[in-house]
Amino acid sequence: MKWKPKDLLDLDNLTTEEIEHILQTAKPMREILSRPIKKLPTLRGKSVVLLFYESSTRTRTSFESAAKILGADTTNFTVAQSSITKGESLLDTAKTIQAMNVDLVVVRHSSSGAADFLADTLKASVINGGDGQHAHPTQALLDLFTIQERIGDIKGKKVVIVGDIIHSRVARSNAIGLQKMGADVTLVGPPTLLPTEMSYLGIKLSHDLDKELPGADVVMALRLQLERQQSGLFPSIREYSKLYGLSVDRIKKTGKQTIVMHPGPMNRGVEIASDLADSVQSVIEKQVTNGVAIRMALIYLLIGGGTGNVVD
Amino acid sequence: MEGTPKNKIMDKDGIRRAVSRISHEIVEKNKGTKDLILIGIRTRGVPLAERIREKILEIEDINLPLGLLDITLYRDDLSTIGVQPVVHETKVPFSIEGKTVILIDDVLFTGRTVRAALDALIDLGRPQKIQLAVLVDRGHRELPIRADYVGKNVPTSSKEIISVCLEEIDNNEEVILLEKSKENNSI
Repeated sequence: MKWKPKDLLDLDNLTTEEIEHILQTAKPMREILSRPIKKLPTLRGKSVVLLFYESSTRTRTSFESAAKILGADTTNFTVAQSSITKGESLLDTAKTIQAMNVDLVVVRHSSSGAADFLADTLKASVINGGDGQHAHPTQALLDLFTIQERIGDIKGKKVVIVGDIIHSRVARSNAIGLQKMGADVTLVGPPTLLPTEMSYLGIKLSHDLDKELPGADVVMALRLQLERQQSGLFPSIREYSKLYGLSVDRIKKTGKQTIVMHPGPMNRGVEIASDLADSVQSVIEKQVTNGVAIRMALIYLLIGGGTGNVVD
Repeated sequence: MEGTPKNKIMDKDGIRRAVSRISHEIVEKNKGTKDLILIGIRTRGVPLAERIREKILEIEDINLPLGLLDITLYRDDLSTIGVQPVVHETKVPFSIEGKTVILIDDVLFTGRTVRAALDALIDLGRPQKIQLAVLVDRGHRELPIRADYVGKNVPTSSKEIISVCLEEIDNNEEVILLEKSKENNSI
C-alpha cells in the first residue's frame, strides 16, 4: 500500500486500509508503553508543537507523551501564556511556528475547520486534536483500537453512542470511523441533541436508549455539557440522566458482556453512573492508555519515515 | 528483492546442518544453557531462532525462552530511505536482566541492523552478555560488529544480493546469490 496523508484532519478522507494501517501500527506502540524504559530514538531531532486554543488535559498530555516517547521534542503553545491573548490571528501564529521549522503541529481550536486551514497553510504535518463541532479523529481512532483490543473484529458489531450527539466532534468522528470499519452504528439522544443529517450516512438515529441496548457490543456515553441545559435543549439534568444515563442495571439490557466507553471527562451520575464507570465492563482507563499508543502511531506515520510506499 | 540468480549458496540440507552446528556451538561456548535467552530479529531471524530452540531442546532437553525483536523504530536511516517501513510488535515477555542473549538474524551485512537491535535490546534491560548468530555473513561491514556464530561466510561484491528463503515465511528453503538488476532501493 501507499501512505499518502501529510495530515490527519478527519477520518472521512482516510480509506479503510489506511485506518487499519494506523490501528496495526498502534499495536507495537502499545507494547512499548508497557516497558520499564519508555523511550525511543526514532524521532530524535524532530519537533512537535502543541497548539491548544481550547482547554484539554488528556488530549494534550497524551500527544506530549507520545511525541516524547518517540524521542521528539515538544513545545506547548497554550492560549493563556502566548501572543494569542494579545490578539494574534491563527494565520500569524501559524507563520511564526512555520518559521521555527517544526515538523508537526497538533491543533485544537473551537472553530470547525481550523485544522484544515493550518494544513493548507503549513509545510509541516498537522494533526487535528479537535476542531469545534467538526472532528476529533485521534479520539475516534483510539476508540476503534480499544474496541478491537477488547472484542476483536469491529465488522458487524453493534455500537450505540448516546448523548449530546449534535455538539459532539467525538460522536461524529466515531460514527464515520466505525462505519468505515463495518460496524452497525446507532446514535441515541433527545431530539434536540440529535442531528437528523447523520441518517443520510446510513447511520441509525433513535431517541429511546432502552430500545437500542439489546444486542449492543459497545455502548459509548458522551459528556453532557451542562451549560446546554440553560439554553433549553433539555428540561433537566435529572430527566436526562433518567432517560439517557448509563448504569450497571441498565447495561444488563444488552444481554451481552458489553463494553462501556467514555471519551472523558465524565460527569459521574449524569451520563454515566459511578458503579458502571468503575466496573470491569468499563474500558475508560484503557482508552486513555491506548490514546498514547494511537498518537505514537500517527506521529510515526506522519513524520517518522519517508512518504509513499509502505514496505514490510 | 530484484536480481538475476547467480548461484545457490545453501540448500535445504545445508541450512539444516548450519542451524544444527550453530546450536551445538551455542551450548558449547556457554558451557550449557544456563541463563541463555534466544532473540530473533524480525523477519527471518525469528524462524531461525525457533529452529535453534528446537535443536537445543533436542540436544540438551532444555526449552529456552524465545523473544522477537522488531528494530524498525531504531533504524538510523528512517528519514533518508524515502519509504515507510511497517512497525511490528516486539515480543520479549520475560526479563533479559543479567542473562546471556543470543541475537539471531539471517544475514550479517553492514552491521546496521545489529546495531539497531543492540540498542533495542538494551532498552529492554541490561543483559550480562549479548552474542550474535547469523546464517550468512556476507561481509561489507560499516560498523565494528562481528558474529559469534556463522552458518556460512560468503564473500560478495556490492553488486550482489543475498536472498535467504525459509519455509515458514517464503514456502521455500534456500540461500541464493543474485546479481542486482539495476539501482534498487533495497532496505
